[in-house]
Amino acid sequence: MIRDLFLRFRRQIMIFLAVLGPGFITAVVDNDSGGIYTYSQAGARWGYLPLWTLLPITIALIVTQEMCSRMGAVTGKGLSDLIREEFGLRMTFGIMILLVLANLTNIMAEFAGVATSLELFHVSKFISVPIAAVGVWFLAVKGNYQSVERIFLFACVIYITYVIAGVLVKPDWGEALIYSVRPRLMLDRDYITMLIAMVGTTIAPWMQFYLQAAVVEKGITAKEYRQSRVEVIVGCVLTSVIAFFIIVACAGAYRGHPTDITDASQAALALKPFGSYTFLLFSAGLLNASVFAACILPLSTAYSVCEGLGFESGVSRRWSEAPIFYWLYTLLIVVGAGVVIMPKFPLVQMILLSQVLNGMLLPFILIFMILLINKVYLMGEWKNPKFYNLVAWLTVIIVIGMTLALSGLTLRHPA
Amino acid sequence: MTAAENTNLLFFTELVGLPVFDLKHRRIGRVRDAAVVPLIHPSRVDRILVGGGSAWLSVRYDQVAEISLRGIQLSNEKLYPYHSDEYMLRIQRDLLDQQIIDVNGRKVVRVNDVTLEISHNGSDSLNVLEVDVGVRSIFRRLAQGVIPSRMVRYLQSPIPPNSIRWEFCNIVEADPLRRLRLNISTDKLEKMHPADLADIVEELGRADREAIFEAIDSEVAADALSEIDPRMQASILESLEPEVAADIIDEMDPDQAAAALSELEAETSEEILDEMERDPVFEVRELLEYDFKTAGGMMTTEAIQLHEGLEIEAAVAQVREQADLIENTHVIFLTNGDGRVTGAVSLNRLLLAGPGTRLRDLAGDRLISIGPHAKEDRVTELFDKYNLLAMPVVDDDGTLVGVITADDVISVLRQK
Repeated sequence: MIRDLFLRFRRQIMIFLAVLGPGFITAVVDNDSGGIYTYSQAGARWGYLPLWTLLPITIALIVTQEMCSRMGAVTGKGLSDLIREEFGLRMTFGIMILLVLANLTNIMAEFAGVATSLELFHVSKFISVPIAAVGVWFLAVKGNYQSVERIFLFACVIYITYVIAGVLVKPDWGEALIYSVRPRLMLDRDYITMLIAMVGTTIAPWMQFYLQAAVVEKGITAKEYRQSRVEVIVGCVLTSVIAFFIIVACAGAYRGHPTDITDASQAALALKPFGSYTFLLFSAGLLNASVFAACILPLSTAYSVCEGLGFESGVSRRWSEAPIFYWLYTLLIVVGAGVVIMPKFPLVQMILLSQVLNGMLLPFILIFMILLINKVYLMGEWKNPKFYNLVAWLTVIIVIGMTLALSGLTLRHPA
Repeated sequence: MTAAENTNLLFFTELVGLPVFDLKHRRIGRVRDAAVVPLIHPSRVDRILVGGGSAWLSVRYDQVAEISLRGIQLSNEKLYPYHSDEYMLRIQRDLLDQQIIDVNGRKVVRVNDVTLEISHNGSDSLNVLEVDVGVRSIFRRLAQGVIPSRMVRYLQSPIPPNSIRWEFCNIVEADPLRRLRLNISTDKLEKMHPADLADIVEELGRADREAIFEAIDSEVAADALSEIDPRMQASILESLEPEVAADIIDEMDPDQAAAALSELEAETSEEILDEMERDPVFEVRELLEYDFKTAGGMMTTEAIQLHEGLEIEAAVAQVREQADLIENTHVIFLTNGDGRVTGAVSLNRLLLAGPGTRLRDLAGDRLISIGPHAKEDRVTELFDKYNLLAMPVVDDDGTLVGVITADDVISVLRQK
């Protein structure tokens, strides 16, 4: 009897480990250099006040991610494949153009993150960025998916640096816990902008494409889906835990003198008085997050575009067999890294532009997702139940509203 | 002649939206879709579906007088309203934007457009000529309707075309009933090399993949399945009816079959084993006993064994009798009176041996063999050290339990 239970438990764990990867990685990469900056800024300026937003953000993240991984597991097709088959070429083409532009600007932000985090260690960006770009390129082209996924899972573990940094700052835990559950609204323009930015940076269009494609690539089926769902939820919760510690660390560092920071590296410097380890951990975390996202974004973009438009794709193919795939992948990295080391390039404006583009793209993608997941001939018994639809629509409408608001604010008050 | 001048060609994107005129040159509507009925003719556009007013009308191919970029002129006005006909392969609905298999190029492609040929044979009719993939057809799809057709043709001409002839296309249809009604055959797929077929199948969505394995001949399915990634093997086998899966497993080499079954849940693999024929099932069950990462897990039980005292003529005759085993046989194993393996003779030695030679004299000095529980690393090491093509797996009393061949070793090394 007990032995039976143990065996069943062991089996569940084995399946969980077998499906571990896509959901976890996607959720964690969500805290990329842009995300870390937003959370640092929130903590530095407003202390513990914004912590309550993490709970609704987690729910929104879980709802959207769960739908993608379910579609991937049930249909065995990527999101761009499904959009193409159900909504036609023109729609797909438009979305892909926006996706490439939005992701390109995101990639710029990631390489900029690499540059600033290494500059904290006095490494010139003219050295760090080219090395990172070449490394990223080779990782995907020369590695196979399984080993790359293992590296990614390891990179997820490095995020623990933020938890340690948060603890080392010795924040006021009581206050932090109270504000985590007590919503605090203020009719202050900056405060509202900050709230919107937190939601807006959390759910990005590329994540939906990446997650679904990764679930398909991993061969997860509807049968193993329950374990896959657990993985998605654990990943999303962990992401918010990391965000919590980033905010707490910055809130602690700027206690008593709230500051508007313009860069995540500024937050790292502010942690110096709390010991060199705190500073080191925070900067290492930033570097890891930037490199990690820089690995995933170009590859995911090239895959989505080629699958949606019907070009050959995949790193298992040779350059001559999948030219468009490789050229797009290479160009995204070269341009994304190139502009960071180009003097006088309007990088800040580009990163703001990426927020606007994300905001334009996200409504389409989320609405398509809900439409797709309600098609019986695609999803069968796995289509959205009524209650879930209600939650999903509600989430989607709020997220879209927030993201559009962020784009609007960015356009009206650039930087 | 480029497509810009070629008036015999009509792209499907151009056909859609063309006005249709009745006998008195009144416009009755615009083209919405066109359908091939494969049961009647494999490539002729049998019906043109016209949207006018509230309902769609169905125009049969013999009711058309003239087709050009200006429109379609009918020769007969007795049109029937279109009602969903399951025998029709509708280009817009079933072909455009979907994935098909390019049998010649051995890959999965997505359909952007379809090139039709207008044949002038008294009255005009349309034939499906090619399926268009690639940049040129994407451009055409995007530009059509925004700028005039002639301009589209002119602007696309510098882009190299990328098309697949209709006869080399294999449509993928997951619904078995519809596949039957549409007369979609799998001969083209069955003629492909199993490794190519495996690559193609890996690229398709799950439903399409399973549909192909359900439809093709079990022998071809077995060969292709052996080439597929083990995790995907499992998901395919699980999706099939146990009898169909058993037929496929029956045709696989025992070691491949055991490898595939070991990925399944115990219940499912037991169900499949129950459905299998008696002979192979015994071998497969035996192989399933061994750990996957040992010599026993790598080997196959199919091997040719001959008595060491045989003369060459008798030996060759016996090999001929076991012709079904020859495909994976590189080496023949010699046994003595008590069934112990004493030596190995490669097929090329057998070929060159003079008349009257005894097998014993052909064997090498030392037989390299291994026990069934040895680790796979040890196996690959021995293959490398002694440059082996095949190695016997023997149990404690020296009888043969199986053979590991070089391709098993390559698979193991590839997976690292």
